[in-house]
Amino acid sequence: MSVAGHSPPPFFKRGPAPLAQMTFFVIISIVMLMVDLRFQTLEWVRLALATAAWPLQRVAYLPIDASSNVGEYLTRLSVLQTDNEDLRRRLLNSAHLLLRQEHLEIENKRLRALLDMQARQPVKGQIAEILYAARDPFSRKVVIDKGLQHSIASGQAVVDDLGVIGQVTRVFPLTAEVSLLTDKDQAIPVQVQRNGLRSVLAGAGAGAMELRFLAANADVQAGDILVTSGLDGIYLPGLPVAKISKIDRDNSFAFARIHCEPLAGVERHGLALVLGNRPPLPATPEAATSAAPGKPGKGRQVKRRPR
Amino acid sequence: MAGSQPTHTSNRILLPAKSWFIAMTQLIALLLNMIPFGRLPGIPDWVALVLAFWCVHQPQRVGMTTAFVLGMAMDVANGSVMGQHSLAYVLLAFAASGLSRRILWFPLSQQALHVLPMFLGMQLVMLVARMMAGAEFPGVLWFLSSFTAVLLWYPATFVLLAPQFMPVDTDTERPI
Repeated sequence: MSVAGHSPPPFFKRGPAPLAQMTFFVIISIVMLMVDLRFQTLEWVRLALATAAWPLQRVAYLPIDASSNVGEYLTRLSVLQTDNEDLRRRLLNSAHLLLRQEHLEIENKRLRALLDMQARQPVKGQIAEILYAARDPFSRKVVIDKGLQHSIASGQAVVDDLGVIGQVTRVFPLTAEVSLLTDKDQAIPVQVQRNGLRSVLAGAGAGAMELRFLAANADVQAGDILVTSGLDGIYLPGLPVAKISKIDRDNSFAFARIHCEPLAGVERHGLALVLGNRPPLPATPEAATSAAPGKPGKGRQVKRRPR
Repeated sequence: MAGSQPTHTSNRILLPAKSWFIAMTQLIALLLNMIPFGRLPGIPDWVALVLAFWCVHQPQRVGMTTAFVLGMAMDVANGSVMGQHSLAYVLLAFAASGLSRRILWFPLSQQALHVLPMFLGMQLVMLVARMMAGAEFPGVLWFLSSFTAVLLWYPATFVLLAPQFMPVDTDTERPI
């Protein structure tokens, strides 16, 4: 401090040196990156910030909304007429299936009751509109217009009229983020419809999927339909997922490279159905050794006796 | 804060920049960044552009703290991993404010050439951060947004400096 009691003039006060400041912020950012990637514990920060930014986000969505509205308004009448006719024909085509399905479901219920099986609980769905694709270029995600307010929970499956689209991975008060099946981090347990071969289908990015770790001589063919196996307790069994488009069998590798393309309109926008949570699967039985607490004691007794 | 010049070679003395105007431009940039364009290539990162601009022109007011906060906001708005944009923006702000004394000696086109490697470096930082975590490569076209942002350096300078060019009070009695 100066003798005369003067403080240094204010234009010398500039806070910490730029390098120190940068190091500080870079360390915080890297810690945040690691925490978010590894432990996913920053979701509450994200939820709070996203809620605060919701009006801003809504305003930003307005131009896109307006442009699509104008586009819809300008759709020609003939397009609508052919669309209508097509839809009516499809309705008629599927009507007999629907009528029979009701009958089959009743019959199925009766048969299940006869077999004394646990009746499969019907899963409810919520129709949601896909608002837009998330801007993050490193992942494949879309945002739907239903959120915590509509009791959407993270982990629910999302389907459209053709098959599975993806899974809800993040929920905000009024919107939710759906990870598409083509996202690199997204995996779904499937089975080949033709022969019931089970596997896990993983996203490969760029609108494609890949069936990993199947032996080079596995019984799969191009054109096979993959449906959910339901082993994960999230997706209902039997939902169509993908079609095998190409198989590279190279004997120098242990596994075949199996390329698939999604059946549902994964990269398209429109309406989707968010399926409710499945009833939980029965807990996996514990290992036999730890299940019987009396045994180790007995064993010790047996060993002691010969002494 | 004392008035500054548009470039160091200019004879014009500008009015001091208003804090509310700086904050408002950042908010508008954030809003523009939230418009969901999906995977359309070549959409500039408005926040990065505005941040780099203010870091070059007002390095004592806009710096790494602002960059960090804006980065957090962008991470949430984009649905990307927390820390991705903060890290990239902090490094951008460090480079921009560190080089501000040098950059302002050049005419606008050469200023833009100085800013281009900063934007590309920022995108590279984001790419490395995400690819290390196993994300998918967004394609080479993704880097196009840096080039469009640099092309916008010219109009951005005029728009963002416009309020400082205005005279304080017009004196009709003034002889010259």
